[in-house]
Amino acid sequence: VAARVLEPVESVTIVTDSDVILARQRTRELAQETGFTTLDETRIVTAVSEIGRNIVVHSGVVGSISLLRVHQGDKVGLSIVCEDEGRGIDDVDLALQDGYSTIASLGLGLGGARRLVDEFDITSTPGEGTRVVVVKWR
Amino acid sequence: VGEVSVLRFGDVLVVPVQAELHDTAARDLQESVLTTLETEGVHGLIIDVSAASVVDSFLGRLLGDTAKGARLMGIDTVLVGLQPAVVITLLQLGVVIRDVRTALNIEDGIAMLRRDRSGSEGNGWLAPAGLGLRAGE
Repeated sequence: VAARVLEPVESVTIVTDSDVILARQRTRELAQETGFTTLDETRIVTAVSEIGRNIVVHSGVVGSISLLRVHQGDKVGLSIVCEDEGRGIDDVDLALQDGYSTIASLGLGLGGARRLVDEFDITSTPGEGTRVVVVKWR
Repeated sequence: VGEVSVLRFGDVLVVPVQAELHDTAARDLQESVLTTLETEGVHGLIIDVSAASVVDSFLGRLLGDTAKGARLMGIDTVLVGLQPAVVITLLQLGVVIRDVRTALNIEDGIAMLRRDRSGSEGNGWLAPAGLGLRAGE
């Protein structure tokens, strides 16, 4: 089995919700370049929107959204890494449940985003930050 | 930023949702729309999302809440122009937009609102057509 090859394309610094819009636009461009269908492009960009909101609303500090091309053998896709050094999430499993929200948001953010991508990985350490890595294959 | 443009067709207000709306702008839009409903004195609201390529959980809820707010003011809302990819993504996200009817496009939405209104008035207190009581409305 060939190794998974990741190729960083760019990183967007996330401070406000306007930065999330910029990350969404960059993601859309890369998804189009990669040849995703309109539906998958919409899924990926929406996932970025949900995860990006998590950085802005919850972390209280600067974060980043990094876009990477990924391929493995014949498979081609996109990977997105969202990181912040905020207060972290106490209970990741709980945060992924539908309807869960510590603030007045809908609570579908992370759990919903997970359903829109092929791979979803979240690690969070209270007091240190959160890292979400998603992959969508074309 | 903060400026919202809407269209008025007779007694219906049409609000085009911009392609890339960040959360703060979406909140501004909600407030602006409800305020304008009052100042314009319209009877129907159309929210047109045909330009929006992303409707995530936040925007979805906000649109539903805007319709709910309009309902509290006695105004019906029709959400129009949801793109197929946006619809499928919303379903996967698990977002349910309640208390708002939907139509394919602005024309259908306006027809829906006018039909309702003429229907309910036809059963109610309005004088028969032709007496000119609606003039000046």
